[in-house]
Amino acid sequence: MIRALTTKRPEMTPFLLLTPALITMLFVVALPLVFSLWTSLTPYQLTKPQTIYSFVGLRNYTRLLTDPGFWIPFGRTVLFLTIALNLEFAFGLGIALLINKITWGQRGLRTIMMFPMMFSPILVGFQFKFIFNDNIGILNNALQSLGLTDQAIPWLVDAKLAMFSLLFAEIWMSTSVFAILLLAGLFAMPRDPLEAAKVDGCNAFQTFRHITLPFLMPFAYIAMTIRSLDVARAYDIVKVMTGGGPAGRTELLWTMIARTGYENAKMGQANAMAYISTVLSILFTWYFYRKLIAARRFMGGVQ
Amino acid sequence: MAAITLEKVVKKYGALGVVHGIDLTIAHEEFVVLVGPSGCGKSTTLRMIAGLEDITGGLVKIGGQVVNDLPPRKRNISMVFQNYALYPHMNVRDNLGFGLKIAGQSPAEISKRVGEAAEILGLTPLLDRTPAELSGGQRQRVAMGRAIVRNPDAFLFDEPLSNLDAKLRGQMRAEIKKLHQKVRTTVVYVTHDQVEAMTLADRIVVMKDGHIEQVGTPMQVFNHPATTFVATFIGSPPMNLLPATISGGAVRLADGTAVPVPDRLTGHVRDGMAVLLGIRPDDISPVGHGLSQDGPGAEVALTVDLAEPLGMESLIYTRLAGQEVQAKLYGPRIVAPGEVLTFRLALDRAHLFDAATGKTVRAL
Ligand SMILES: Nc1ncnc2c1ncn2[C@@H]1O[C@H](COP(=O)(O)OP(=O)(O)OP(=O)(O)O)[C@@H](O)[C@H]1O
Ligand SMILES: [Mg+2]
Repeated sequence: MIRALTTKRPEMTPFLLLTPALITMLFVVALPLVFSLWTSLTPYQLTKPQTIYSFVGLRNYTRLLTDPGFWIPFGRTVLFLTIALNLEFAFGLGIALLINKITWGQRGLRTIMMFPMMFSPILVGFQFKFIFNDNIGILNNALQSLGLTDQAIPWLVDAKLAMFSLLFAEIWMSTSVFAILLLAGLFAMPRDPLEAAKVDGCNAFQTFRHITLPFLMPFAYIAMTIRSLDVARAYDIVKVMTGGGPAGRTELLWTMIARTGYENAKMGQANAMAYISTVLSILFTWYFYRKLIAARRFMGGVQ
Repeated sequence: MAAITLEKVVKKYGALGVVHGIDLTIAHEEFVVLVGPSGCGKSTTLRMIAGLEDITGGLVKIGGQVVNDLPPRKRNISMVFQNYALYPHMNVRDNLGFGLKIAGQSPAEISKRVGEAAEILGLTPLLDRTPAELSGGQRQRVAMGRAIVRNPDAFLFDEPLSNLDAKLRGQMRAEIKKLHQKVRTTVVYVTHDQVEAMTLADRIVVMKDGHIEQVGTPMQVFNHPATTFVATFIGSPPMNLLPATISGGAVRLADGTAVPVPDRLTGHVRDGMAVLLGIRPDDISPVGHGLSQDGPGAEVALTVDLAEPLGMESLIYTRLAGQEVQAKLYGPRIVAPGEVLTFRLALDRAHLFDAATGKTVRAL
């Protein structure tokens, strides 16, 4: 039958060949998207399935737009993301530059550098939860034994310190994304322009600032794109370490969405939040991607 | 004022010696070409002058000052790299002005000097393009422009034309020559193309395996090669070298063919000496089809193995004293393989080299 179809209408062949892919896409991507979009327009609750049929239009969205309870975690996520990405970039750059310089044991170090990425974020979260724990954590223990402080520091209880602890864990786990991509950039870096810059009068810092860094920026933007998506959906580390607490002071977008959807059983509203946060991710991706294109424009075709 | 002096300059990579103590003095505003086969240490020497490579031993002086321990930026030299080494993220204007900007020149001064350099090199319409948007020849010009805007004490060129096609190479060669006439500065130019060496140089430095074989004007190097290496390296097709012995005032080739010792060399050879007779293809021609028909010569009948007609001349492969030699026939005449012709060897332009040392038997 298929043969009959392709011989009679050869122009159908491409569509025929695409059918399996299209069907997969339909079930994996399109249906969930449509379903979640629909639920974000209803007061859907997981426990009351019939709520899925009462259409409320954009009510979930309009509520969110005026709700500080949504915008504060939203803003916190953006802040968290900004700080994490900048610090990861700075540390990753430093690590990449150092590793690029050494001649002995480089392979080993490159592998070791990847270790944090091999661990499950949940386990990283637990690990740091114990490190930062105010009673039994080794950090407080160490600080007290060294006599640097005489009382326990509430790393995960004080709102600011808790944010810091979360950042620390996040950065510890993912700086190597930057380090690896920037190192790849350094390996790919042509030597000639560096030498030309030296002859043109640059000292080491000027060479770095004017030649190396611009060359590395596309690699940094790739890392930022990846990491902005990663951090914008940060959930596991936060859930494990602080659970969004104390009193919601470390609540990020996705811990809030999960709480709204599952604990408060407002799946409709949670999906509306998720859509708004997706827009955020798209914005970040678009922003870094544009930067990447701009920074990459010169790299095509130059040997 | 910048003469460049190398005194016993040595470069080693670990135990591997690459440059073995070379001495060279380059005068102010002189155009010196370092030429030699691949791997002979030309680039290394140039990079030591630039400061991009540590100097293992000896002294490098620029303008009388020892620069061994100065970083490149303190040497006031410009370098043009083989693959141009333009800054890919800057447009042509910024590429040209980068050195001036780093030197802290005012924007007005930078734009004036960039404008001048762009004018000289015909880059004015391209100032806003990035290197990716330029052709090979244009990139080459930007690289040269970047070198000249800074008014350096010396220009260093490392095979700047080797990435261009033959036609463009010819054009750029002429432009470099013109440029040197306009912007008179000391130039050290590395190439393994002997045509570039011959046409550009005030003096040629022929290098081999980290040594200098000969230093001289293009004509000196061509007419009086100091060694068999220089003799075969400079000139195309290369000079023929035929093993021979001196006996009874004649040069006796392997098969017994005897030709008289060239007049100018008679005092310099003794009987029984093993030599190499060096004679360029241009100086072996069928009678009546050579460059010069007068002067001392010897005539031999040779069989043509192969002829390559090049239009107004043909390159002929034949055998003399059992060895393949190349000869030239001037004139649009077709020669067939197997044809036997009488060739005339122009002995006044022949050379004798000591077979043992490879050095020319005549002190220059
Ligand atoms: N970093 C290095 N480590 C070890 N040996 C090197 C290094 N750089 C160059 N060499 C060796 O030094 C010798 C001279 O190299 P150099 O680049 O000066 O040659 P060159 O004359 O410029 O040749 P070419 O015409 O191919 O450019 C070569 O045999 C090369 O293998
Ligand atoms: Mg070289």
